Amino acid sequence: MFFQPEIETIDRASLRKLQYSRLQQSLERCYHNVPLYRQRFDEAGLKPEDIRCLEDITKLPVTTKADFRDNYPFGLFAVDRKEVLRYHGSSGTTGKPTVVGYTRNDLDMWSDIVARLCMAAGARPGDTAQISFNYGLFTGALGLHMGLEKVGCGVIPLSGGNTEKQLMIMRDFGTNILIATPSYAAYLGEMVQERGLRDQLKLRLGLFGGEGSTDTMMRKIEQSLGIIATDNYGMSELIGPGVSGECEFRTGQHIAEDHFLIEILDPETLEPVPLGEYGEIVVTSLTKECCPIIRYRTRDISRILTDPCPCGRTMYRLERLRGRSDDMLIIKGVNVFPSQIEGVLMTYDNVGTNYQLVVTNNGYMDNLEVQVELQDTSLLESFQMLEKLTGSIKEKLRSVLGLSAKVTLVSPGTLERGAGKAKRVLDLRNKG
Amino acid sequence: MFISQISIFVENKQGSLAAITEILANENIDIRAFSIADTTDFGILRMIVSDPDRAIAALRAKNIAVSLNRVIAVQIRDVPGSMHKVLGLLSSNGLVVEYAYAFISRKREDAYVILRVDEKEKAAQLFEDNHVHTLTPEEVYNF
Repeated sequence: MFFQPEIETIDRASLRKLQYSRLQQSLERCYHNVPLYRQRFDEAGLKPEDIRCLEDITKLPVTTKADFRDNYPFGLFAVDRKEVLRYHGSSGTTGKPTVVGYTRNDLDMWSDIVARLCMAAGARPGDTAQISFNYGLFTGALGLHMGLEKVGCGVIPLSGGNTEKQLMIMRDFGTNILIATPSYAAYLGEMVQERGLRDQLKLRLGLFGGEGSTDTMMRKIEQSLGIIATDNYGMSELIGPGVSGECEFRTGQHIAEDHFLIEILDPETLEPVPLGEYGEIVVTSLTKECCPIIRYRTRDISRILTDPCPCGRTMYRLERLRGRSDDMLIIKGVNVFPSQIEGVLMTYDNVGTNYQLVVTNNGYMDNLEVQVELQDTSLLESFQMLEKLTGSIKEKLRSVLGLSAKVTLVSPGTLERGAGKAKRVLDLRNKG
Repeated sequence: MFISQISIFVENKQGSLAAITEILANENIDIRAFSIADTTDFGILRMIVSDPDRAIAALRAKNIAVSLNRVIAVQIRDVPGSMHKVLGLLSSNGLVVEYAYAFISRKREDAYVILRVDEKEKAAQLFEDNHVHTLTPEEVYNF
């Protein structure tokens, strides 16, 4: 079922034509209304009309999070503040948040693309949707909120945390759709299993985002909550959730290509990688009015999937994010993404879904320790079983990462977990 | 006859054991016997306590990984050779002892051995046939 069938099934040639005409308009808007972009065009000796085809976008320099910080709060706005109906920002873990604004058209476009991904995932008019993202400056909660309302769902703006209340409302309101981070959904799943609540719930669908996840983690959430778990992607600098999202076939996330132009670049050289290969996602907005953005470096690593999807949508897809180019760890000279480790751990039923990575250096060599919660207490019957478990995890990590890690079992419920971005990496190297 | 033993996962860090004994002390649970085995990374604390169900509930409430298993407690005379009689019986019948620990009684001249055997039904039958007394849960908990 489609929210906007004509555009979601558009043929590729017409899509490219549409993208190019929108790109031209957007570049004009940037050039004439945002001093930073004008300066960048001038430095490159280019005018908007010099971008003659979609591929010419590579002639323009990239934009980064630092550009938002340097132009705090409204330096990147392309419209008068009187036209701004909404402000959002990044979760801003350090210092000033990155600020973005939305005109009426922006809000309308945003809620359209979110409604699309919700319907594609399986949301239907009349469903009850529980939003367990934190509201506030963060785009996740209100983005899904508006999109689900547009679909015709009844939205419960519950916000994150307070697990008791989440479970109570989920049961008493007959929630059909859960909106949360994957790690919080996994935690709710554990609680539902532990209390045997599943038969009292009407949950059918999960719309997850806001942090990385793995296939195995999503399948595990599906089992514990008895739902279809889908992933969606976006970030406040781009618009919020809605840039891409999985349909019910879960073959990768369909990109809203009519509003965003996606490139995949080598994070070192910033050169495009061949279609279908992994690299950093770089995004140019095509229709945004308040904060048009040119070649924004997301730092997220993925690749483009072009094979047809059984759902009939023609938009290309992003594979589930592989990690971030900036949270990639280099351990003993090997590139390690936390998502790879998570992928290994999620294949074990007898350990929890939470984990902590501790990286240390003893003066001449890096060491990686993976802490994971022991879940299956029947293994306490014998040492051999526990040691077999840690040995097997170690072996699998070695084959996936190409380096050996220490695996430490810890008591259940002792590792940090949260509704926000989970802090899973503790890098103690060069810290005294 | 089998009795309940609790097995507790102990992280290898300072204060882990005391955290466990504190919980049992607060619940007024008596420890009848215990053994601890450890590797470099973690340990398993095994205990026979006065009220296993309450002990498990209290430990789980504090996020401690714990499981309940069935073991055999045999009563033997506290004299030379009596331990060998029990182990010899198991050995000559092809049974394997996975672990064992012992305690003695203040009231009587007996010793008690907790045994975890690979085929515990068979072991229990052997002891019964050979008049080796195995303790009932009541005998152990109300020791």
